[in-house]
Amino acid sequence: MMTVSRRETRALRSSDDVVRVRQAVRQWAMAQGFSLVDQTKMVTAASELARNTVDYGGGGNVLLEALNEGSRRGLKLTFSDQGPGIADIELALRDGYTSGSGLGLGLGGARRLTNEFAIDSTPGGGTRVTITRWQCGDRR
Amino acid sequence: MMSTLGKTRFPDIVNRCQPQLLADWVQNQLSAASFNNGLMRESELREQSRQFLHALGEAVEHGDLTDIEESHWDETREFLAAVSRSRALQGFTPNQTAMFVFSLKQPLFQLLRQELEKQPEALIDEILSITRLLDQLGLHTTEIYQKNREEIIYQQQQELMELSTPVVQLWQNILALPLIGTLDSARTQVVMETLLQKIVDTNAAIAIIDITGVPTVDTLVAQHLLKTVAAARLMGADCIISGIRPQIALTIVHLGVDLTDVITKATLADAFAIALQRTGASVAAAERA
Ligand SMILES: Nc1ncnc2c1ncn2[C@@H]1O[C@H](COP(=O)(O)OP(=O)(O)O)[C@@H](O)[C@H]1O
Ligand SMILES: [Mg+2]
Repeated sequence: MMTVSRRETRALRSSDDVVRVRQAVRQWAMAQGFSLVDQTKMVTAASELARNTVDYGGGGNVLLEALNEGSRRGLKLTFSDQGPGIADIELALRDGYTSGSGLGLGLGGARRLTNEFAIDSTPGGGTRVTITRWQCGDRR
Repeated sequence: MMSTLGKTRFPDIVNRCQPQLLADWVQNQLSAASFNNGLMRESELREQSRQFLHALGEAVEHGDLTDIEESHWDETREFLAAVSRSRALQGFTPNQTAMFVFSLKQPLFQLLRQELEKQPEALIDEILSITRLLDQLGLHTTEIYQKNREEIIYQQQQELMELSTPVVQLWQNILALPLIGTLDSARTQVVMETLLQKIVDTNAAIAIIDITGVPTVDTLVAQHLLKTVAAARLMGADCIISGIRPQIALTIVHLGVDLTDVITKATLADAFAIALQRTGASVAAAERA
């Protein structure tokens, strides 16, 4: 049975918040026993999604959840905003696509850096992106 | 309280005994430890004390002592705010700053005791109301001090941001930029511009950007690096990115960032060796020519 051993919401309004969230994710990943590589992957994915929340979603928040399933430990992050939403999710996920001036690799990159990735977005209804990563070797 | 307030001796004492009060008070402050380390000149202290007593004397003439937010205290509050600001700059601690006001209690009470020798009850009332007043004024200086510190810290951060991005000249025409800390928009902009300027100033052929001290390389950081490399190239300099640790290399690959056009090295030393080789060759060629 999967349980959530710790849960916390952080605001994402500014660039400084992105930095703070990165630091929090680093700490949580360490506490969950992630290896340095796993920590780095999760922190980088979080950085991409946090920045999208601030830049495109007009700000929002992230829910951090520490997951335990038997001896397996994971970290789940849910980024939510009430921004304009994404009309074409497939297009947004395409490497190199950006509606701003980025590299267009954030969403695709975050998907490749994590074990589970989901986007829920409707035009005008905001965006929610969920990523989960498990300790290395548990689930690929 | 109200009944004694009407006939309070405080305004009278502050105004009539101002010269003596000033002398005693300044003497007290000068003998306090914080003045031995010379944070400010004695003449300045004397002048500040004189002005404060003057403002205080005016205010107490005009109304009650219970609430310093009332308008007849405006001048006193503004004066204390100025004192607070200058002391924050002079390096006083918040306590030392508030002591400016609190230290007035002792000489003032001493005078009151003399004046009200025969009226112990009135004396207690006076001391109570003056204590309340001076405590409010003292706290006011602390509050202003705090606000100021925050502003100063913010400014220092801005300055540090520029200072903490030293571009070092490793060799005749080799620059190195050891990046440390979070690379987020504002700072990255400053850093990269500093590097490009330095390339112009020193006519450098190679710039090594070392990211050993950068904890996270996401697509934004990568984009900044790529832009800098491109801009440097336009100015005739090649960039080498060094200090890419294994976990960062893996992450960059997963992100899909293309660094194939960029020379990368694991360590700054490796990068420097390559840079020397390259510029060494061109120096030799120039000598032959
Ligand atoms: N939270 C969001 N709200 C609205 N649009 C978004 C959001 N996140 C991403 N997008 C859209 O998806 C595109 C691709 O995002 P991403 O892959 O991170 O690349 P980049 O940030 O470089 O543009 C963005 O340019 C934007 O149009
Ligand atoms: Mg992005």
